[in-house]
Amino acid sequence: MALTGVEIFKLLPKTNCKKCGFPTCLAFAMQLAARKVSLDACPDVSDAAKATLGEASAPPVRPITLGTGTKAVKLGEETVLFRHEKKFVNPCVFAIGIKDTYDDVTVDKKIDECLTSEIERVGQKLKVDAIAIINDSGDKAKFEALAKKVASKAGDVPAIICTGNTDAAAVALAQFKDKKALLYGATMANVTEMAGIAKGNGAALGVAASNLDELQDLTEKAKGAGIEDIVMDSGAKKAKDILEHNTLLRRAAIKKGNKSVGFPTINFMMRDDNLLETLMVGLGIAKYSSIVVLSSAEKWKNLVTFTLRQNIYTDPQVPMQVAQNIYEIGAPAPNSPLIVTTNFSLTYFIVAGEVENSKVPTWLAVMDCEGLSVLTAWAAGKFTAGKIAAFIKESGVEDKISNKELIIPGYVAILSGALEEKLEGWKITVGPREANAIPTYLKSKTA
Amino acid sequence: MAFTPPKETYTGKVYPVTIGSGDKAVTFGGENVLPFHSFEGSTPNRPVIAYEIMDVPPTDWPDKVKEPYAAVSDDPVKWAKFCEQDLKAKAIALRLYGTHPDSGNKSADDAVKVVKDVLAAISVPLIIIGSNHAEKDTDVLVKVSEAAKGNTCVIGKAQEANYKTIAASAMANGHMLIAMSELDINLSKQLNIMITQLGFTKEKIIIDPMCSALGYGLEYTYTVMERIRLTALTLNDATMQQPMLGDVGMYVWKIKEVTASEDILPEWGALTERGVAWEAQTAASLLLSGAELLIMRHPEAVRAVDAFIDELV
Ligand code: SF4
Repeated sequence: MALTGVEIFKLLPKTNCKKCGFPTCLAFAMQLAARKVSLDACPDVSDAAKATLGEASAPPVRPITLGTGTKAVKLGEETVLFRHEKKFVNPCVFAIGIKDTYDDVTVDKKIDECLTSEIERVGQKLKVDAIAIINDSGDKAKFEALAKKVASKAGDVPAIICTGNTDAAAVALAQFKDKKALLYGATMANVTEMAGIAKGNGAALGVAASNLDELQDLTEKAKGAGIEDIVMDSGAKKAKDILEHNTLLRRAAIKKGNKSVGFPTINFMMRDDNLLETLMVGLGIAKYSSIVVLSSAEKWKNLVTFTLRQNIYTDPQVPMQVAQNIYEIGAPAPNSPLIVTTNFSLTYFIVAGEVENSKVPTWLAVMDCEGLSVLTAWAAGKFTAGKIAAFIKESGVEDKISNKELIIPGYVAILSGALEEKLEGWKITVGPREANAIPTYLKSKTA
Repeated sequence: MAFTPPKETYTGKVYPVTIGSGDKAVTFGGENVLPFHSFEGSTPNRPVIAYEIMDVPPTDWPDKVKEPYAAVSDDPVKWAKFCEQDLKAKAIALRLYGTHPDSGNKSADDAVKVVKDVLAAISVPLIIIGSNHAEKDTDVLVKVSEAAKGNTCVIGKAQEANYKTIAASAMANGHMLIAMSELDINLSKQLNIMITQLGFTKEKIIIDPMCSALGYGLEYTYTVMERIRLTALTLNDATMQQPMLGDVGMYVWKIKEVTASEDILPEWGALTERGVAWEAQTAASLLLSGAELLIMRHPEAVRAVDAFIDELV
């Protein structure tokens, strides 16, 4: 259970020696309670206090890393239930499921789907993060063969070994020894053995329960067997149950400090209907799955799920920004209109979308205003005549266009006089206030 | 050791709203918990998906979503019947797009005729949406609201600039009213208060916090909806307890991701699947954050969202 600042303060040396960088022990304690600093910053804290505080200051959902090297992914570490409270921390991991009952062609195709999945969107690189190797056949040799194949073709991709068979688990997991794989499939019947196999290979352990009570027993047993990195499957299959279990588990960890369920979760989202499966991935992203296992990763599906994951995991307090640039909408010619706006991503998307709707090829000058919208940026002194003029001059857009006319947002009509003075030889035109008036405006302008 | 489920009980609830009449009337809202949290409270009604039709042919819709309606979209009456009979629509949303000064500038009388004809042809509830031109909507929506008297429709959208006249006529003619504000919980609350101060029944308002498409600000709509719903439930704030609308189709079916072909952007994959999935995912995400009424366009997207709801209830 998280401690309050005052409770933490009682455990500190109370010397106010300032070595932690704070004026008093109490100030430091408050920061600790808010999880803004680490206890390591105080050199004088006693071992006993460290033990108590370490337990209490550990994040309510344990952080776990899967894989090693550049493709490693982090899970857990979440601190809230709703994204407006605080940014969700570690984006839901997408794992493509490959069954050992698939033929070679299908296996190759799925591995390839994973390896070639990376795309870039709004400056972030997004991809399918992991491969779940599934022992659908129940056969040890088949499973081992598949694990070998995945290890040789995609050995640096974090692996999830899914089987309830301890012999099969041992041989498959050995292919990913010390690569921080996840061994999934520990049940009440085999948890001790599975824990041993996971430990022996430096892997995390995934427990597969059939309900929430059993899940809690399983994580306790796994902990008892010396496992620290646990991933939980409550047994929920239907959307309704996944929503219920994930919500209850996240609440129990965060609001009640229940350490038995303070672990990342895994959900299997495979559906015969691929579109429904896509929406199930969306459920996992919004409702607290740490890992979702998919049956396929087609490009269209990736684009949808990657985009949603990016949307939900953005920091609601920090506005999303797009890069400062002269964007070409349509294929603008030298005499096409030039519009300037700010780099708040929502502003950009709405303006760019409406320009696109107009079907009038246009130059869109997007100026860095630290992600603020037009009015806010203007009020904050970031979207002023002087700064706009400097941006236009430096942008090099002058070499691309033939008539020097700059369209400014209607909300900052007040800037047009000053801009005309600062941008010599330019005509400044006041455009519409609202983006939805852009199509009409552009059409009439070029008619 | 048994797991202790940390259940929440909320003090507030969402008003149920019933639209239409007879055995085809539908009710949405009415729950006293977060969306689909049936494990800790009551969720008596399923969200409703309305098929969008227009008073003019959908010339600027992308081909993929024009195609299912190719044989009927030249006539709103045929289009509406097709949605009800062939697609089994539970509700229909008629957008009077052609009344916009820039897209035909049809008169309010033209709109009245379309509304009357459509109402005569269908038995499911009708949602009537203006062209989103604040001034023109005032004229058009007041007249169609009168023409639809007795049908318990939904009229929208009332915005800060025009809510007075639209709310007054919705009230006089027994309709529900969509109150739209721009992605801000305080603006939404303020508009609801202003509308109820006119004497409009608060249980007849539907909140539209403004939709945005996946990848184009969806997270803003998602979070505003989530916050409105939490305010309704945890603070028992009567000015925020109305069901919410996700006007999904029109925000989705214009963005690049549903129109750019695979030849131009091979890394985006097949366009046929992309558009439908984009609409379905936008809608499904808004259901999870609190929308109970959706307006959608593509039948395949509607089918997928319906299947998703089936799994959630
Ligand atoms: S370093 Fe430790 S003892 Fe010194 S002021 Fe900070 S908290 Fe107190």
